[in-house]
Amino acid sequence: MKPKDQNYSKSRRLKNQLKAVVTNPYNVIVLIAIVLLTYLIVLPLLDMISTTFTLAQRDVRQSGGVAGAFTLYYWQRLLASNLTTKLLVQPLLNSLLIGSCVSVCAITIGSVLAWLMVRTDLPFKKFFSLAVIIPYMIPSWCKSQAWLTMFKTERIGGSPGFLMSLGINVPDWLAYGPVAIITVLSLHYYAYAYLLVSSALNSINSELEEMGEIQGAGKAMILRKITFPLVLPAMLSAVILTFSKAIGTFGVINYLGSKVNFVTLSSQLYMNSKSQNTQTAFAMALIMICIASISVFVNQKLIGSRKSYATIGGKGGRSTPIRLGAQKPIITIVLIAFFAVGIIMPILILILESFMLKQGTYSLANLTTYYWVGDGSRKEIMEGLPGIFRNPNFINALINSLKLTFVNGIFGTIFGQIIGYICAKGRGKLHGRVVEQLVFIPYLIPSIAFGGIFLSMFSRPQTLFGVTLVPSLYGTFALLTITSVVKHLPFASRAGTSNMLQIGGELEEAAAIAGAGFFKRFVRIVFPLSKGGFISGFMLIFVSIMKELDLIILIMTPKTSTLPYLAFQYANGNSPQASNCVAIVMFSIVFLVYALANIFGDADLAKSMGG
Amino acid sequence: MSKIELKHIDKFYGKNHILKDVELTIEDGDFMTLLGPSGCGKTTTLRVVSGLEKPQNGTIYMDGKEIVNAAEAHFAPPSERGLNLVFQSYALWPHMTVRENIAFGLNIKKMSKEEVNKRVTDALERMQIGQYIDRYPSELSGGQQQRVAIARAIASEPRLLLLDEPLSNLDAKLRVDMRSELKRLHTETGTTMIYVTHDQVEALTMSTKIAIFKEGVIIQVAPPLELYNNPANLYVADFIGNPRINFVDVKATVTAAGMEIDGAAGKLSFPKSDMTPGAPTSGTFDAVLGIRPEQVTINTERQSPDDIEAKIYTSMPAGSETLVTAKMCGVSMVIKALGITHYSPDQTVYLSIDPKKINVFDKKSENLIKYSV
Repeated sequence: MKPKDQNYSKSRRLKNQLKAVVTNPYNVIVLIAIVLLTYLIVLPLLDMISTTFTLAQRDVRQSGGVAGAFTLYYWQRLLASNLTTKLLVQPLLNSLLIGSCVSVCAITIGSVLAWLMVRTDLPFKKFFSLAVIIPYMIPSWCKSQAWLTMFKTERIGGSPGFLMSLGINVPDWLAYGPVAIITVLSLHYYAYAYLLVSSALNSINSELEEMGEIQGAGKAMILRKITFPLVLPAMLSAVILTFSKAIGTFGVINYLGSKVNFVTLSSQLYMNSKSQNTQTAFAMALIMICIASISVFVNQKLIGSRKSYATIGGKGGRSTPIRLGAQKPIITIVLIAFFAVGIIMPILILILESFMLKQGTYSLANLTTYYWVGDGSRKEIMEGLPGIFRNPNFINALINSLKLTFVNGIFGTIFGQIIGYICAKGRGKLHGRVVEQLVFIPYLIPSIAFGGIFLSMFSRPQTLFGVTLVPSLYGTFALLTITSVVKHLPFASRAGTSNMLQIGGELEEAAAIAGAGFFKRFVRIVFPLSKGGFISGFMLIFVSIMKELDLIILIMTPKTSTLPYLAFQYANGNSPQASNCVAIVMFSIVFLVYALANIFGDADLAKSMGG
Repeated sequence: MSKIELKHIDKFYGKNHILKDVELTIEDGDFMTLLGPSGCGKTTTLRVVSGLEKPQNGTIYMDGKEIVNAAEAHFAPPSERGLNLVFQSYALWPHMTVRENIAFGLNIKKMSKEEVNKRVTDALERMQIGQYIDRYPSELSGGQQQRVAIARAIASEPRLLLLDEPLSNLDAKLRVDMRSELKRLHTETGTTMIYVTHDQVEALTMSTKIAIFKEGVIIQVAPPLELYNNPANLYVADFIGNPRINFVDVKATVTAAGMEIDGAAGKLSFPKSDMTPGAPTSGTFDAVLGIRPEQVTINTERQSPDDIEAKIYTSMPAGSETLVTAKMCGVSMVIKALGITHYSPDQTVYLSIDPKKINVFDKKSENLIKYSV
């Protein structure tokens, strides 16, 4: 007796179905999530696309037509005009060059480090594993500042760099441009590859490698034929992450490229946004989104069904370290040198610089604490501004930064975990896929463009059928918060998903059978079991928002400025010492919070990256 | 203490048809085992009964009350069905102590503190793990965790207790101990139980009834010995019993008097009264004899003219019994002989089989056509 030939009440069926949907909080949450995500992600994206086809008042004279009308003017100018090479092709090629080189270098460094750290008997592992994370905590533009301090040449005038003052002539190609950019970015982004690959390596049972050894394979053979293919998916994800981050980055390009007119899509995007060329900026952003999408697509095709490798061997199991043997001291020394040059030195340079009255003069007499605690009495320094600890702007920025990171960390983590819960529970179902895809979109949008689109969208009140839903948020803290939360959702929700996947479904089912409703299950079972993940997710968002510059640079107003923005302003305003001071304060906060989270919770950055 | 009726249950996962028109009645006080190889739908059936899964078609009644009516999209939530479930993985909440694990559901039911404490202690006493009340699950051994899981399930005094392969994670010795304890629990509480397993020994030793599953369809529901003696078809015959039943291909001829068999086991005849209602009423056709290994006696000398000559292939003594494989007219037979016996390879022996104990199956329909009596 199938339902079609069975007597049943259609109205009762409908009533029951409705009741099931409405009384299940999970459905309500999914619905709210989808509506919110559509509003905050899909709508801005559509807005962005339509903007590029709408003629702006300022271009009416050049292109003819009416302001607000449909136009192909911007796309034509960008894609098929005599300006194309200068506007698009050259920056695009530069972006691709930076993206690919940084990916290759960063992945190589990160993977080798990960392998050494996880699978070998390297000494001082504890120290190394902390040191290796530090680059992730120093913003990349801080590193470029350190780079300039080291290698600055006479080209831009002002004070000489450290090497110059020692009498070593630094060629321009090393000090500025692609080589410098690639080096600095690689030293920054290898942390991603390190985190992803090391967690993949950790999940491989060493019995797999031991089996290879029993079959008679040498170390190199095992590495090549067993270990490498198993971590390949993780490496490819790291490539995507690094590639899209590298082509989207702006700070480093600005510091190290602008002096030699080295432009990329992201720096052009910033220039265009700054000069109110919103349409062109968005068109460029769309091109960058396409590039990022293609790279993700290629990645998925490449990984394909292999993605689940890491979990197949995911018994954890015993892990017998591989002996490095005779190469051990050599590798250790190389690593120490790498950390000394790549990590310790930039920090030391930044600290040293912050205490130097005049840049480039390396003598004891030149040391001062003026930039830290000066009272503003010396008019020749920073136009009479006091040292940062006495500077209301700094205090304001510090408070803003702390407020922004904490508010974001908390909201972002909670949303991330909830969305992660939806993705984990909805695996293989339509709503799960929809949410997963929606939440991934911000990942593809370059930070600057993302800031730009939110700025243009929320500068005017948001209305629906004449009712004001959201007032104009221009210049408010709320706008900063929304922008940062949404932009970081892909990370936060991914951390949430991997976190939630670790909680067996049966644990929740057992509670459901005991009569616990949705909220009770979430509060009593899911939340306590995912506390570690919550803290890791919080850390991830905290660290990346604390150092965030690209995303919020367009939204900033003096009232809402944050530490990175202040440092950026100081650096551009020829007060590198003050900029360094700000950077050091920021780094200290990040490091402190990381240490605290590590001590008091089992926070693990790698875990929250979640592949 | 309740009767469960499943009617026309269909369950799909995407395009996969997992349960196909499942009909099953579990009487009050039954220890019903759902038995079958992995992926046959037995756990899904359990989850449908528990309310964790919603079937696409069918109805379920519990004590005559409708708890599932797929056509009307009516699915009573698990907590309203008065049942409890022991998961294969135990699903003990790792962040709660044993006490908290057991008290969780009781507190949700808003029981008084004294009542909760009493039930927690009672359940733990019953499972003999009272001393671990304040430990966390990670501080317990697998067997102890298993006991906590069962204690948690019985603390709510469910009318129906569902167990999903609860013993599969235990070692062989513990498994035997837990088996007798579960059986004892069933007789003491009288609770209706549904027990999922792929282990036929568990099923045969503990249940009052067994439902055999194959690819989402229930093949036979019967008490254990009935199932063993008269399997409904070749599939069940092959699945139940260790060592496996011997199959011998023969020719069968049915006449008004009964059935005549001719083949490797010699000529046999069975009276009409031993035949199943569904058996063919006339004609000659291919049939299969099902002979349990313990129903064959083995002798070195011919005892009667009906004995069948065979040659020893292997002989495997296992202490209390000896498993002998012998070739009889080219057909291999496994024989279970009690005690320790010694046969050398290729030795000639004589097998005697009681025709009454033999099952006969129609080769074409694979169904049982002659009972073992």
